Order: sequence, then structure tokens, then C-alpha cells
Amino acid sequence: MSKLYTGAEIVFKCLEDQKVKHIFGYPGGAVLPIYDELKNHSSIKHILVRHEQGAGHAAEGYARSSGKPGVVLVTSGPGATNVVTALTDAYMDSVPLVCISGQVPTHLIGTDAFQECDTTGITRPCTKHNWLVKDINDLPRIMHEAFKVATTGRPGPVLVDIPKDIQFAKTKYKKPKKEIKLNGKSHNKFSQNQINQLVELMSNSKKPIIYSGGGVINSGPSASEALREFVQLTNFPITSTLQGLGAYPGDDNQFLGMLGMHGTYEANNAMHDCDLLINIGARFDDRITGKIDEFSPNSKKVHIDIDPSSINKIIKVDLAIVGDVTNVITKINKTVSKKNNGFTRSNKQKIAKWWEQIQKWRGKDSLNFINSDQRIKPQHAVQRLYELTKKMDTFITTEVGQHQMWAAQHYKFNKPNRWMTSGGLGTMGYGLPAAVGVQIAHPKKLVIDIAGEASVLMTMQEMSTAIQYNLPIKIFILNNQYMGMVRQWQELLHEKNYSESYSEALPDFMKMADAYGCKGIKAQNPSNLDDKIQEMLDYDGPVIFDCQVDPNENCFPMIPSGKPHNQMILGPKDQQDNKIKGKGKALV
Amino acid sequence: MPKSKSAYSVPSKKQKSDTHIFVVWVDNEAGVLARVVGLFSGRGYNIESLAVAEVDAIKNISRITIVTTGTPQVIDQIKLQLKKLVPVHKVADFKREDKDVIFKEMALFKIVGNKDKMDRCINACKKYNPVILDQTQKSTVIQVTALRREIDKMNTKLKPLGLISTSRTGAVAMTRGAKIFNL
Repeated sequence: MSKLYTGAEIVFKCLEDQKVKHIFGYPGGAVLPIYDELKNHSSIKHILVRHEQGAGHAAEGYARSSGKPGVVLVTSGPGATNVVTALTDAYMDSVPLVCISGQVPTHLIGTDAFQECDTTGITRPCTKHNWLVKDINDLPRIMHEAFKVATTGRPGPVLVDIPKDIQFAKTKYKKPKKEIKLNGKSHNKFSQNQINQLVELMSNSKKPIIYSGGGVINSGPSASEALREFVQLTNFPITSTLQGLGAYPGDDNQFLGMLGMHGTYEANNAMHDCDLLINIGARFDDRITGKIDEFSPNSKKVHIDIDPSSINKIIKVDLAIVGDVTNVITKINKTVSKKNNGFTRSNKQKIAKWWEQIQKWRGKDSLNFINSDQRIKPQHAVQRLYELTKKMDTFITTEVGQHQMWAAQHYKFNKPNRWMTSGGLGTMGYGLPAAVGVQIAHPKKLVIDIAGEASVLMTMQEMSTAIQYNLPIKIFILNNQYMGMVRQWQELLHEKNYSESYSEALPDFMKMADAYGCKGIKAQNPSNLDDKIQEMLDYDGPVIFDCQVDPNENCFPMIPSGKPHNQMILGPKDQQDNKIKGKGKALV
Repeated sequence: MPKSKSAYSVPSKKQKSDTHIFVVWVDNEAGVLARVVGLFSGRGYNIESLAVAEVDAIKNISRITIVTTGTPQVIDQIKLQLKKLVPVHKVADFKREDKDVIFKEMALFKIVGNKDKMDRCINACKKYNPVILDQTQKSTVIQVTALRREIDKMNTKLKPLGLISTSRTGAVAMTRGAKIFNL
């Protein structure tokens, strides 16, 4: 007879078999048996966070930067409810997470016991799937299935709720089955015929554009390589969503920058005017499309996605290819190269005019801003940070708001998995704990959280985690004393009624750094910004960098809501030019 | 068009809605109905009627029949979203007008009154396979199986004749001929 193991032992045996190295968690009454077992499993390191939301975001950062699922361990009741934000965030951005939560013993479920909540009920809409384990014999199967569901198809979070008595109960352990069939939930069925249709569309196109998204990152580094080959092969222009940054080199000439609400002039205009739009692993999010009725009105649209429900959800497409990005693009590349050698060349000539037009749009230099030698401009700060760190293999996380958009616009990513940001849910407070997770996954690398002062205060407590584990994360705060994006919307759409968007009584970040036991650096002057940034980079340990920037700066360019891509508001330089032109005309 | 004052766009024109019947085969496990129904409420789809029961005790399969309305795009989304749920095995969808599919609902009518009124009720139900399930001097319970709109009609018709209580099921569906739902 094979050996019997307790539920807690089985949890760890499963984690070991799934090759889990780190778990992020916080103990509590209903998970104590699992915590008790931790000491017997030296290959798994537990990272103690300061709040369960931090555990979730740290696991997200870990997963996004390493490609492995992030594992979270929390207790019942408040432990589980605190992690809901992170689960929802992971669900929106397709990040593989496995969350294990404790639950009150089975005989107490439904009695409003101490720290009881309906965890599976609460997390049902924000996970790919969840399980309440009521029978110890189901535990090994469910644990392995959880990893399978989280990591296959379109990745996402799952939750396994384990009552305390189940953690004590004993059963036999079963290793994961090699291939568990999940009702065909993982889709990777596309035909050569579809690929041929796409290649046909490509060779007929005069104004093509590739629009790539987070799916390329999720498909693994090989997808980025295939994408680069594809773009080179075709000479097509490429733009990327917020989540897709890094899949294609940000400093390459064929890259038009990010598209969407705060995307570049050239990317958005190219999206609007193109005759062929190839969406690779993106989902036509409303921050991207602007007004649906006028979205890219004259183009044939192709959508490559692993999730069939993403197709035709927002935008009707002419050709849908359901499959894993790596497989699909590799197939396209093969087909294009095979078809004929002349195709690629003749096609390049066909789209020469298109490139001319794009160069004209580029001439607008839509990411420009008026720099100052009095105050640090936030865009300038990001640019300097980029210049001083681009030689290093840097990982950037962000919070949510203006600073996030400036980071996306001005920091150029050349590799996938280097950019961790909360796009779908837009969770303020994501960046700091995410940086913790990234640093755990990449102990030797430089990890910077480009933050806003309002966002970072939401999960500031995780600095303690960084100190505890000697994680040299750099918290680069663009401090403008406002909830900047809220202030910007109020300025542009609500008649400058800055209702509750100014942060009174901000803490002194220098003293805060002191209190946590890390280094604090303050920059107020553009003239010594570089030195201060260098000081931050040279310091071997966590740093809180208080970069005091111009509080009135707005994030441009911008597509106002309900407008199509070709009606952007450009930055102050352009607005000034236009004014002068307008006046000049009147004089004539 | 009103100027949008929010970070979101204003809705564009609505397409025409159709009524569809979804048949969903699921693992009969705890919470599976909540997953399906939660998908509908969470994404703003509506449910006109719902019928669910286990149909295969050995394989542990339940069959859920849902009547819903939506634009073609929404109907498509419902189908694809349902298929993404882990305990869902297969999904079939039909237009209400589909001639190849039989739709039926069952209703129980309780009528209280004199014999004359009760007889007139039973008579009125004649077309819809009436079965008398219970009868006393002053009351009767009639079971009918029919289409939704027919039951709606009977409901109003029987009111003046002493109908005091109606209980009805959601629609269930089955294809005509030898073939079964296959996807």
C-alpha cells in the first residue's frame, strides 16, 4: 500500500512536481497546517508579504517576468478578499496565477464561522476557474488541474480553496497525468489555408500595419523572435499595445511606438488609414480602438488570438486565426519565405508610399514636450532614466496613471518580459509589489518601479518585504502631488474642477525611506537629475527616489474619448504652433 | 451625439435582438449553475428562462437549457464565453424560429370554482395535452405542455375562469429526426 499524506503535504508535493520555487503569502488561522509543512520543503521559498494584495501583485510580477505561474498562499476570509484585486488584475491581463486559500473546516462552512467567507463565490467572476476541495481524495487532481488551467490556452488566475480539516486529512498522492484533456479548452487549431489567406492579403496590401499585444509576450520569448523575423521579412510597420511592449524592439525604425489613447500620432494614424490590419495577440481594448464605428474604417482585419471569445467581441474581423502566436507566426514566416523570393521584395516596393506617409506623421514628433531648466519634467525624468539604464538588462514595473503612460512612451523596451504594468484593470498600487516579485525571479537584475506618489502609497507597506529579503528594487516616484491622470481629465473635461485629486499631507518620502530602512534620494532640480539617478543605480539595496516633477504637466498625445484615431490632441508645442498659425492667418 | 464626459466612449447604435435557445452540457458539480448564470449576469446578458437537470448519472452530466435574447454579436459571445468555462462540455444554440428543433415548456394550472368553470378550463386546454393531476369538488390542477407564448395565452384566458396559481418550467429543446446536437 502506498503511503498516505496529509492535505498540507500534498499541497507541497504538487508544488514540487510543478517545479514551483517561490510562493508569496501571508499566514492565518485557516492555512496554518500548510504553513506548518513549509519547513519540510527546502526547494520552495516562501516570501512573506505585508498585505495579501501585495502577494497577488508580486506573484503577477514574478509570472510576467519569468513566464512561470505565480503562486499565492493566503488564509480564509480577509486573506482571500484582500487578494481579489490582484486576481481580477491577473484575469484582465492574462497572467497565470495559482492562488491557494485556506477555508474554515468543512463542517463550519455556511455557519458564518470566524474568518469565513464564500471564497469560491467571490472569486468565481475573477478567475478562469476555482475549486472548493471538499474531499481529500480530490486534492492531488485539483492541484495539478489548477496549474494546467492557469497556464494553458489564454493564461489566467485560478484559486483552490482548501478547508482546514482537508489540510489535516490523509490520502494517497498521485503525480500529474502527462496530458489532462480539459474539454478541448486549449485551442491551437488553425489551418494552412488560413495562413495562405493571410499571406494573400499581405501581398495585396499597400498600407499594412501589424498591431501586436500581450499575447505575444504570453506565448513566450520564441513568439517575440518569430515576430521580429515576420516584421523584417515583410517590412511592414508595427505598433504595439501597452501590454505588448518589448515584443518588438522599441528603438527599431519599423516600430511606430505604442498605439491607443496615449499612443503616438504615427501609430494611431496608421491604424486609421491602413488597408490591412494584422492583430497579433491583442484584444481591441477600448483604450486602443477609441470610437468603434470609426475604427480603422477601410481595412481588412486579421485577428490572431488563442482565445476564440476575443474574436469578433469588439471589432468584426475578416480573417480569424485561433492559435498560439508562436505557432501561427512561425507558420506565416515559413509560408512567406517559401512562396517566392520576389514576393517580399516587390511587396516592399508596394508599401514604399505608405512608409513615406508614416514618415510624415513621424515628423510631428508627437511625444514632444517643452523641457525646462527650472523644474523636472516627468517625461524628461523617464528619458534620463532610460538613457542611464538602457545598457543594463532592466525590468520596469509601473503603477497606474500619467507616469505609467510616460514610462510606456519614453522608455524603450528591447526584450519581452521586461515591462510589467497593470493595463486591463488599471490597479494603482500594482508596481511596488510587482517589482518585489520581479526581483525575486531575477535576483541579479536591475528592477525599477516607475511610480506615482498617489499609487505607490496604496501598497507602500511592501517596502518591508523588499527590506526583509534584501531586494534592491528602485522605487522611482514621479511626484507631482496630484492624482495626475485624474487631474488631467478634470482639466480637459470637467472645467478644471480639481475635485479631490490633490494629495494634501503627502508623507516625506526621505523619512519614509529611513523608517523602512532603505535609501532615500530626492531630486528637485533638472541640473543634477542625472547624478541623482546614478546614485540610485549605484546603491546596492532598495531605494525610494522622490523625483519632484512639474505638477501641471499633461500626458500627450491623447485621443479624447469617443473620438476616432485620427482626431488626436497633440502636445503643447503643437498646440502653440497651431495658435500662431491661426493668428497669422487672421492677420493676412 | 452627446459629448462624452467620461473616460469611456458613448454607446454606438444597437443592432436588432433575436431570441436564441442555448443548450449546454456541463459536469454536474457544485457551483456549475452559478458559473453559467454568473457569466450571464456578469456580462449583462439576459435570461428569459432556464431549465436544468442531470441527464446522465453515470457520466455525471447535466443539461442546461437557456432562453436568451441578444444581437448576433452578443449571441456569438455568449456561445464562446460558455465554451470557455472549464466544466462545460459542449454548447448548442438555436434560433427560436428554427423548424428543426422542438421547444416545449410545461405548466401547472390550479383552478378553483364550480364544475362548469373547471370543465370550461379543461376544454380550453385541450390543444395542449392537458392532464388532470388532481381534482376535488371545488378545484383542479391541470398540466399542459406547450410553447411559451401558448402558455402565456392560456394564462390570461384561464384567469376569469378561476385560475388562482400557475407554476411553469423553462423551455427544454430537442432536435427533430434521428440526428442529435452535434458540434
